[in-house]
Amino acid sequence: MNPGIDLQQRFVETLMGYGLSPGAAKAVWLPLPLLLMLIGATVGVLVAVWLERKISAAAQQRIGPEFIGPLGILAPVADGIKLVFKEDIVPANSDPWLFLLGPVIVVIPVFLSYLIVPFGQNLMITDLGIGIFLWIALSSIVPIGLLMSGYASNNKYALIGGLRAAAQSISYEIPLALAVLAVVMMSNSLSTVDIVNQQSGYGILGWNLWRQPAGLLLFWISALAECERMPFDLPEAEEEIVAGYQTEYAGMKFALFYLGSYVNLVLSALLVSVLYLGGWDFPIPLDLLAGLLHISPDNSVLQIVTGGLGIVMTLLKAYFFVFIAILLRWTVPRVRIDQLLDLGWKFLLPIGLVNLLMTAGLKLALPFAFGG
Amino acid sequence: MFALSGYEYLLGFLILCSLVPALALSASKVLRPSNRGPERRTTYESGMEPVGGAWIQFNIRYYMFALVFVVFDVETVFLYPWAVAFHKLGVLGFVEALIFIAILIVGLVYAWRKGALEWS
Repeated sequence: MNPGIDLQQRFVETLMGYGLSPGAAKAVWLPLPLLLMLIGATVGVLVAVWLERKISAAAQQRIGPEFIGPLGILAPVADGIKLVFKEDIVPANSDPWLFLLGPVIVVIPVFLSYLIVPFGQNLMITDLGIGIFLWIALSSIVPIGLLMSGYASNNKYALIGGLRAAAQSISYEIPLALAVLAVVMMSNSLSTVDIVNQQSGYGILGWNLWRQPAGLLLFWISALAECERMPFDLPEAEEEIVAGYQTEYAGMKFALFYLGSYVNLVLSALLVSVLYLGGWDFPIPLDLLAGLLHISPDNSVLQIVTGGLGIVMTLLKAYFFVFIAILLRWTVPRVRIDQLLDLGWKFLLPIGLVNLLMTAGLKLALPFAFGG
Repeated sequence: MFALSGYEYLLGFLILCSLVPALALSASKVLRPSNRGPERRTTYESGMEPVGGAWIQFNIRYYMFALVFVVFDVETVFLYPWAVAFHKLGVLGFVEALIFIAILIVGLVYAWRKGALEWS
């Protein structure tokens, strides 16, 4: 398997060539992937917001943003700048500290989850052993922030919205964790790199999509509910509770909620592609192509192409799911709260358990096809 | 320290991610207009004068769901090590997990029959 380019090793070696000690070279390297990933995540959100507005417009036969930049591509940037200049209104009856802390607690864990997203064999911040489990753990922090802001606002709509958000998050966390469990079982590892490697080698035929079709649906439905996307956007249902826990928020604090929800959406889409669609894996095995063209695996051009193609493939797969989420928003109506809870507890949870046990049984019966 | 290799990135990223809201909020603090007038700070209640606060005794209907959630969340935490090590455990591990999940399914059925999963 061609690992693609290892930027860290190259960078450290280059710096050591200039006479730096290995420790110093590593210290210089350390902040670079972090900064790059943070900027990448932010740009990813801007693209997702632009897509949301353009696709929504197309679904309603409008044009959408078109004046700011070519095809209105800078509209999300303008949105952000506008929000920076907005007055910060803290309701007189609220608890100002919790009111401030709420959006901050929502935004930090979703950004932090990007730590485990791989874009190539060596193109990720770090290959943590606990990998996907870190994301499950971090995603449990978000409802605390939502509950906090809903309560701190001292507003009835906000309180109901915050409670709904917390109930929804905890209800769909279990199906989500069960879907991830089945994938983890097949790759014998929690690390996202191992999960992708287990799927690679056979091109599109090796992806988890074929072995976990129920898991894919389970994961995506639960992820949409966790992101509070239509049809599960009850915590901010405009017709009933104005804007839910966001009702009292304005300016930058509102922008943090907005940012957090889109980062979460893009992150979920990235993780679907990692868990079920082979991550950075190309639909045709690259080793096979390289073999046909008689290119040796340590050819440096091939390594760069593999790395670049990995990033492109990951993003393509992820944005395909973002596209589906946006289309779903304009296709399905919002569910009621009892329907939402029924779907989570009485449908997805049993299916998740059955899916897990079936995966375990099939792994015993067909060890080769299910990861040995 | 070796057992935790890679976690220096987690710490670094945590600090960097904490800077995002801090920078955004302080940039906005410099640029935005200041608070103007007490009317702007009243609680929003669809344009009406707010009637009472929201910090009251409130019937939280999601309470039962939260209790069931705790049971199943702890269950999934127990299942993670099992899933990672499943290729070494073989049939016995499968049967044991089957028994474990069966007990939990009994719990789920009980909660279901008792109406803990009804939103009414």
